Amino acid sequence: MSFTPTELEVEGAAGGGTVPGAPVPPPAGRPATEWRRVTRAFLGDRVAVACSVYIVLIILMAVAAPLLVKISGYGPLEFDQDAVDPNLGGIPLGPAGGMGADHWFGVEPGNGRDIFARIVYGARVSMLIAISATLLTTFLGVVFGLVAGYFGGRVDMVVSRVMEFLMAFPALIFMIAVLSALPAENRQFLLVLVISFFGWPYLARIVRGQTMSLKEREFVEAAKASGATSSQIIFKEILPNLASTIIVMTTLAVPGYVGTEAGLSFLGVGVVPPTPSWGQMIASSVPWYAVDPAYFLIPGAFLFLLVLSFTVLGDRIRRLLGEGAA
Amino acid sequence: MIRFVADRLLGMLVVLFLVCLFTFVIFFVLSPDPAVQICGKNCTPEAIDQIRANLGLDQPFWTQFGTFLTGLFAGRTYGTGPNAIDCAAPCLGYSFQSSQAVTDMIAQRLPVSATVAVGAAVLWLLAGVAGGLLSAVREGRFADRFIAGLTLTGMSIPNYVLALSLQFLLVVTLGWLPFPQAVAFTDDPVRWFQNFLMPWIVLAVGMAAVYTRLTRANVIETLQENYVRTARAKGLSPGLVWRRHALRPALTPIVTIFGMDFAGLLGGALITETVFGINGIGKMAADSITKNDQPVIMGVTLLAAFLVVVGNMVVDLLYTAIDPRVRVGSSA
Amino acid sequence: MTDALLHVRGLTVGFPAAHGPNEVVKSLDFDLERGGALGIVGESGSGKSMTSLAIMGLLPKGAKRTGSVTFDGTELTALPERAMRSYRGDRIAMIFQDPLSSLNPYYTVGTQIMEAYRSHRTGVTRRQARNVAIAAMERVHISDAAKRVDHYPHQFSGGMRQRVMIAMTLSMEPELIIADEPTTALDVTVQAQILDLLAEIRADTGAGLILITHDLAVVSEVTDHIVVMRDGDLVEQGPAERIFTDPQEPYTRMLLDAVPRIDDEIGLLRTMHTEEGR
Repeated sequence: MSFTPTELEVEGAAGGGTVPGAPVPPPAGRPATEWRRVTRAFLGDRVAVACSVYIVLIILMAVAAPLLVKISGYGPLEFDQDAVDPNLGGIPLGPAGGMGADHWFGVEPGNGRDIFARIVYGARVSMLIAISATLLTTFLGVVFGLVAGYFGGRVDMVVSRVMEFLMAFPALIFMIAVLSALPAENRQFLLVLVISFFGWPYLARIVRGQTMSLKEREFVEAAKASGATSSQIIFKEILPNLASTIIVMTTLAVPGYVGTEAGLSFLGVGVVPPTPSWGQMIASSVPWYAVDPAYFLIPGAFLFLLVLSFTVLGDRIRRLLGEGAA
Repeated sequence: MIRFVADRLLGMLVVLFLVCLFTFVIFFVLSPDPAVQICGKNCTPEAIDQIRANLGLDQPFWTQFGTFLTGLFAGRTYGTGPNAIDCAAPCLGYSFQSSQAVTDMIAQRLPVSATVAVGAAVLWLLAGVAGGLLSAVREGRFADRFIAGLTLTGMSIPNYVLALSLQFLLVVTLGWLPFPQAVAFTDDPVRWFQNFLMPWIVLAVGMAAVYTRLTRANVIETLQENYVRTARAKGLSPGLVWRRHALRPALTPIVTIFGMDFAGLLGGALITETVFGINGIGKMAADSITKNDQPVIMGVTLLAAFLVVVGNMVVDLLYTAIDPRVRVGSSA
Repeated sequence: MTDALLHVRGLTVGFPAAHGPNEVVKSLDFDLERGGALGIVGESGSGKSMTSLAIMGLLPKGAKRTGSVTFDGTELTALPERAMRSYRGDRIAMIFQDPLSSLNPYYTVGTQIMEAYRSHRTGVTRRQARNVAIAAMERVHISDAAKRVDHYPHQFSGGMRQRVMIAMTLSMEPELIIADEPTTALDVTVQAQILDLLAEIRADTGAGLILITHDLAVVSEVTDHIVVMRDGDLVEQGPAERIFTDPQEPYTRMLLDAVPRIDDEIGLLRTMHTEEGR
């Protein structure tokens, strides 16, 4: 939802030639980038550091959710009818949607659930699903891309057709349809599967392109001449040179998946209530906007900032690695 | 050339066939018995059987799929006798819940989705190319960095968050725009425009961000090309260097990519239409999922895939027309 | 001092860098006589290409140029950009190393040859410009020029493309042609043809020629006068004959030694040592 196919392609493509902007695999077979120099440059980039800090905070929030909730006093599934006014249809008592010492972020209208607790647990859901999907997509994308790019011929033909097919699919409609037809068990696992199913071709296509140009290079010829097997060449020569591309694409994929999960939850086919999800909270907030805008603004802001941090971070990393490789 | 087109056409058909098949399989496996739904209340087992027979639901999978495929090209008839329903070609299915052929339902809503797509497309092309050019020309300076910040933001905000924010801000809080309400252009052009303004903006923001970055990257890269240096060495005026040697090579790929994106959008912007209550193909898809109106879901899925595949092929063809290297081939 | 066509004094090109400006061309002095041929020789990174860009005023953004470049009595470094543009392509023309990337793939060869002509000469019809383009192509021995003028760059072979580049310069009848590594990207056999072509044009038009290359063999054929550069410095200069037979500087001698000769003994490859240990 946050990304159309063109966007991921633009941000990461290198093979096509008409879409520049990605880190180009470095010219020789030497170690892909000087990691130390890159790390130092990264730490000096204030914006990148700020984004990383926010991301780490959210991850910590997700990991420490049970603990945080103990401190704040309310669980994500607890109803607190005292915090809402039954005479006014369930509007939270107090300013800004009930924010105060008791409920740090206020409460949900109607059922009085603590928003802080739900945000914290929602972070869990978002990060878990997004990171799992990213890992799975990266694995599939790299494997298929390498295989198709290196071996060429019929293998490439088959993989490319599959990729074309998956990319032509109106993924969103399909995901919604499939998810709404499936039972509610293991929903998070299914979400990861479905998202990854449609997501891996975008990375695979780029990996394939770069593998194809890398395998023509002299250092691969040299390795072949000295008797290296295909798998040795793939893992020792080609893969390290893809490292910077993979890192950039991965960093840019995460916000896409965060957005996708949130979008699916927004539409009601994502995480199953009462499990909290930022997307689902946003959907629920719509009828209450006029009287309790905080209920929309808080999860909206968290979601936006998380996606923004990852996107900006990915952009910075891409620029750093691009310069390093040159 | 003919070979190339034929090749691509074949590939296109294969992909579409597979999409059909795949969708059919998934729905075959997943969806509850449509006969039960159609039957409605006061159903008897005999009635369900009868409906099933009419719809051909008791046939084996491949027969059903075959019927569907032939229906695409030659139309089909549901049931027999006086209650038989005719579905003219291309028959994408029949929605019993709405008592309409899916193709007709799509045709009715296509103008609306097209309006959304066209308006957004104009906005995002203009904004994207202008922003990209400005960034490229002022590379590294404030304008470039500012626009970069805008594009990153535009790319990151989920479109429903943006849609809702705009709606809350402009309609509820500030009251600058009225609540969206279906109105024909001929009846009330102002209201019509106000209805579409927010969806246009929401869709355009994300795409404009991408196109700005794309344009910027292309222009910067083109300006470093050797042939630009040659043009300057010939003493050509900056305007000529710019127009002929920088813009043309830099912008052509963008136009072709645009074709693909636009085609994809014609299939309906599901989330945006849903949020703004626009009665287009996207909203129809979302509603049909809620109502579990399977033929509609299938039909829309196929349409969307078709548009993407066709868009892809058009782009490839455009490339052969535009890039002499592809068009003419070597004859040295 | 005779009335030289090109008179370069103290030409310096520097780029701003963290520890003070990085000078890639350090205070060059040389002259080019009218109708003369000068070779600028050096390894990659010696600053020879930058020198030619500095003369043309085509240095990349951020470069600083100081010194004097006098062309036919006019101080080029003092000219505003607009005036300099009228010199470029018209009185001073340049040929670059890689003809494939130096030609715009989207336009026909004819269009690109005609561009310069129509830009610099007013009141010229398309027909006239086209004829000029065809004539230029014939001048560089491209057969079937009337037809091939409408072909695209990728439809020509490497050597032919370089001829097209030369035709582009010829159409304007420049007084000075600067050729930056014109043969480096070409096959050895084609190299000879291109050099012959350049010599022929010099003889026909009396234009001055600056030939920039790392290849001493190339330079020995075409030039009367040689400038040897290294790391931006002018190491040695003199008549070509003298440089080859009696080089004064050790660096020049090393460059000469590196050129393989048919009567060389087969021995160990001599490595190049420099004082700075580069």
